[in-house]
Order: sequence, then structure tokens, then C-alpha cells
Amino acid sequence: MEKKLTYALFTGCTAKESTPEQLMSTYAVAEKLGIELVELSEATCCGASHLQDYDDFLSLVLNARNICYAESRGMTMVTICNTCQLNTAMTKHRLDNDPELKARVNEKLAEVGLEYKGTSEITHFLYAIIDDFGLETLKEKVVTPLSQFNIAPFYGCHNIRPSELQNETHGKAENPYNPNSLDDLIVTLGGVNVDYEEKNKCCGFHAELQAPKTAALLTGKALMGAMDANADWMVTPCPLCHLKLDTQYEHAGHAVGRDVKMPVLHMQQMVGLALGCTPAELGLKHHVSKVNFV
Amino acid sequence: MTTITTQTITFNVFRFNAETDYLPHYKTIEMEVTSEEVVLDILNRIKWDVDGSFSYRRSCRHGICGACAIKVNGKGVLACKERMNDLIELFGTELTLEPLSIKRAVKDMIIDKEDFWKKHEQVKPYLIDEIDEHPESENLVTPKEEAQLLEADYCIQCGLCHYSCPSLENNESYIGPAAFAAAYRFNADVRDKATLDRLDIVNAPDQGVWDCVKCFECQEVCPKEVNPIEKITKLHNQVFENGVAINNVATRHAVGFAHSIKKHGLLDEAELVRYSEGTVPMLMKHGKVGFKMFKVGKVVMPWNMPKSDKLDEVKALIKSSSTVKF
Ligand code: SF4
Ligand code: SF4
Ligand code: FES
Repeated sequence: MEKKLTYALFTGCTAKESTPEQLMSTYAVAEKLGIELVELSEATCCGASHLQDYDDFLSLVLNARNICYAESRGMTMVTICNTCQLNTAMTKHRLDNDPELKARVNEKLAEVGLEYKGTSEITHFLYAIIDDFGLETLKEKVVTPLSQFNIAPFYGCHNIRPSELQNETHGKAENPYNPNSLDDLIVTLGGVNVDYEEKNKCCGFHAELQAPKTAALLTGKALMGAMDANADWMVTPCPLCHLKLDTQYEHAGHAVGRDVKMPVLHMQQMVGLALGCTPAELGLKHHVSKVNFV
Repeated sequence: MTTITTQTITFNVFRFNAETDYLPHYKTIEMEVTSEEVVLDILNRIKWDVDGSFSYRRSCRHGICGACAIKVNGKGVLACKERMNDLIELFGTELTLEPLSIKRAVKDMIIDKEDFWKKHEQVKPYLIDEIDEHPESENLVTPKEEAQLLEADYCIQCGLCHYSCPSLENNESYIGPAAFAAAYRFNADVRDKATLDRLDIVNAPDQGVWDCVKCFECQEVCPKEVNPIEKITKLHNQVFENGVAINNVATRHAVGFAHSIKKHGLLDEAELVRYSEGTVPMLMKHGKVGFKMFKVGKVVMPWNMPKSDKLDEVKALIKSSSTVKF
């Protein structure tokens, strides 16, 4: 019998707040695929690349603490947010490669009885499905092929760059200039993957408050690219990209001078649709840009 | 012994002459490419064998002068360093050769880099100190002090990061990754005395480090592993460490994370926006979107805010591990 895949799930904050549908669909898909997810209930926010700007050392300690709890369960940590993936992987990289820094961090963690060892791997649910579960096995599970849809993959920066780090973390980097994981996933599920220039570009999320004009232009261009490529909807593995593309279409439309609204699904929702999950299980009503094709 | 292989490649070559052309066009050229060639070999062969008017820059042919930087299928490369085989593996046999910035094209692959040099100049990329005209001994820097520069010193000013940066592409005022790396380089130098001056420049809204969208394009593209975004993060840190953070949306946004984590472990997303923007501006700027999100169940009410388990532990760690104050 095949070994059951088990992961320590680092939900991140967004899946517990602004994208509840992402958490629901993660669990729905895991159940269909027989993947066991043990939620890291002690985990804190990864700092989302902003706490790091304010207090780098504090962010290292908090991220190391999160990894400690995956280690204590003896599991690979699985993330469902590109930014959580990057910040956690970056912490692991820095601590594993700098004994002095690791010692400083561990000195703090010892105060609460923890120790970062570096024994847990960190991967994103997208790669858990593609690399660990396997696309061939996934294909056998498809009950509703997505054949009538043109789907625009939107990768999100923090899963694909820096590629060296991604390679080190889960042994297989995307090609940042020509990524293929989401495209392969779409094809495996029977859909048509559309190609467009912005698929590996930034959505602008992280500068939305500080640099709203830049952020709106980036969001607008991404939505416009997918629309011009004749996509019926977009799909992304990152809840932050999802939020930006799903909710900010109005500002984005003003910035690029065009109406740029379209449905943006989470990667898990797309997989769930093909596996026969119900719209309710996938939380499809929790979208601002309505998902009206199911 | 490795055998040399050849492949037929279709090149779409950007052609433009600002003196005579209104619009650029792309010329299709098919060529046999051998596994030993780099992009610069192709540029040379286009000029020598196809069209003598084809223009590009090159100088050292060793990846150290930065002159030959162009884009191939959107990827910034040093033409003299980038192997054709790697590009073919990445993109297949149809390759588009373009200058680093189409809107700054002067002739074919040659661009006007004036904006790049101006941004550089803006951050005072030189050592500033009172110089003793008659020093009695050398001005020694320890290896540990030198190590603080990280790789910021390796920049060859090729412009690959600058012309790959989406923040800069969408906002001409943004100073950009290469100049920020230079600012960090001199701020990290123990002999320099102008840290606060430079922080003033890189801290300013619209042009400064807060407008970085954190896409990591600059780290990915840099052929010298300067890792500009890491230096940008260090500049952010220096702003707080030196106590020169301006109390504005950008800084409050960063600090708000610490507050939220202390309170809930997780981030209180709505509260973070309120903390960063202030209540009234938040409602004015985000009220409409917030209401739409609320209607579809994308907003958590304060009384339902999820919390991390073992919050006492988190609080204790924040207390003992915090290194800066705002
Ligand atoms: S990470 Fe920041 S500086 Fe670097 S390319 Fe992206 S926006 Fe520009
Ligand atoms: S930081 Fe790297 S990519 Fe940017 S100009 Fe310098 S060498 Fe070129
Ligand atoms: S010719 Fe000098 S870097 Fe390529």
C-alpha cells in the first residue's frame, strides 16, 4: 500500500481571515486525495516580508518557532501562501547556513523551551500535489475535467523567485522566466492553459498601502493580460495575489483605463472542481469577482 | 571530450534607429547556433554576416563591464556570459532579442541609460568623510567590518535589475535596486559618515525603499549576486535602527505586524490597515472594497479574530527578541 502523505499545515493568516475559502478548499482537496493535514495551531504570522523590514531578528525568531512546531511533529511543513513559503524558507536557509545566527536564535527559543534544529522540510501545497502526490496519480482522480475552460495561471512572485532558494527548499525550482507548475496542473485537470506575459509578474500586493499607484497598475496589467489571452478565469497558488486580483479590480481598472474584472480561483479550488468537490465545499461564494460558471 | 552540437534557432531581433524610425520593427533571422556560443557571439554574427548596421554595446567580454546587457525573451542577460544552450533549454528555439528597455532604445540593442546613472548619483554612491591630508598611518578596515558590505560591492552597474524592476517600470521616481544596493554599500562602510543623509533619500515616499513591491526580480536577474532586495531590506532596517523612520503609512504598516502578532499571534488584517492608514483615510480609501469583502464573508469581525495557541510564549519571545523601537 502507498504511504499516506502527512504534512504539518502552516495556514498563514489570510486563509483564516480574508480568504476562508482557501482553507476550506485546501481541506476538501486533501480529503479527496487522502492527504493528512495537521494544523500548526501554535504558528504565528510569518511577518509577510514587512515585519522583516522593521525587526529582522524578531522575524527570524518567530519563523524559527513556527518551524520548531513542524519539527516537533516530525513532519514536513506545508504552506498555502507564497509569501509564507518564502519567509519560512528564507529563515530556514539563513539558520541552516549560519551557525552563529542559529545559536543566537536558539538562545531566545530556549527561553520558552524550544530549539530550532533544521530537520523539517518546507513545501507549498502546490508542490506537495505536483511532486509528492504526483500529476499522474492526480489525473486518475479527475471526475470533472475542466475541458471547457481557458485558464490563466498566475504564479505569484514568492513561489518562483529567488529560484535558487526554491531549489534548495523543495529540490525543484520553477524556471522563474518560464514557470510551468500551474500550467502542468491545469493541463492535468483537463483545462486549457493560456499563455500571457504577466503570468510570472508581480500583482503589487505588498505595496498596496505604501505605493497604491504602482500596485494598481500591476494588478490592472495582470488582469488585462489574462483577459486579452481569452482566459475564462485566473488561478493562483497565493492568497495574497488572489486578494489583490479578486477585490482590487476597480482601482486597477482605473489605473489601466479598462474594465478588468474576472474570476480568480485559488489553486485548491481549481483542483477541487476537477475532483468533484461541491461549490460549497470549495467556498466559491466567498469571491468578490463572482465565480458564476458553476 | 564534449562534442559540439548545432541547432537552428529563429531570432526575432528588435530593430530601431531613433534618428530615422518612428516605430521599431522585429527582423526574423534564422541561424545555426553551436553549443559553444554565448549571446554575444550571435550579436556579432548578426552584425558581421547579416547587417552591418546592427548596433549593440560590448566591451570586456568577461562579464565585468556590464555593457552588453540585453533581454532575451524578457530575461535580462549579460550577452557575453549567457550561454545559448541554457536559453534554448529555457525557452525553446524561438528567441526574441531586445534592448533592456524598449522605451529607452536609441539604436537596436543600445539604450539611453541616463535615468540609471541619475538614480545612482542621487544616492551619493561614494565615500563621504573628512579626509586627513597627511595621515600618519593607513586607514585600516577589519575583515569583519568589510564583511558588512555583503556583496553590495560587486555591482558592475549593468542595469539588469534596474530595467527588470516592475516598481521602476511603473513609477519613474522610484530610485531602483541598483542604486539602493550602492546606497547600502556606502552606509555599511565603517569609514563613511553620511548614513543619515542617504537614509533621508532612500526613506522618502514615492522614490524610496517603501515603494519596492518585493517581487525579487532584482535578486533573480543579477549576474553578480549582489542581491539588491536584501540590501533594500537592510536599508529598511537602518531606517528604524537609526531612529529616522517617518511616522507614515509605510512605516506603520511594518510596525503594525509586530503589534498584531503580540496581540493575536496571527495578523489582524483589518486592524493593520486601520493602524497604517488611520480610521478615516482607511474608510475613504478602502470602505467600498471592504464592504464588498464583508458581503461575501471575507472579513473577520474583531470578536472572531483567530489567535495562535501558546500566545504567552509568543509574547515572551517578542519581549525578549525585539531589537528596535518605533
Ligand atoms: S524586489 Fe523591489 S527593487 Fe527588486 S525588482 Fe522587485 S520591486 Fe524592484
Ligand atoms: S545589482 Fe546586479 S543586476 Fe543590478 S546593476 Fe548591479 S550587477 Fe547589474
Ligand atoms: S561585454 Fe562586459 S559584461 Fe559583457
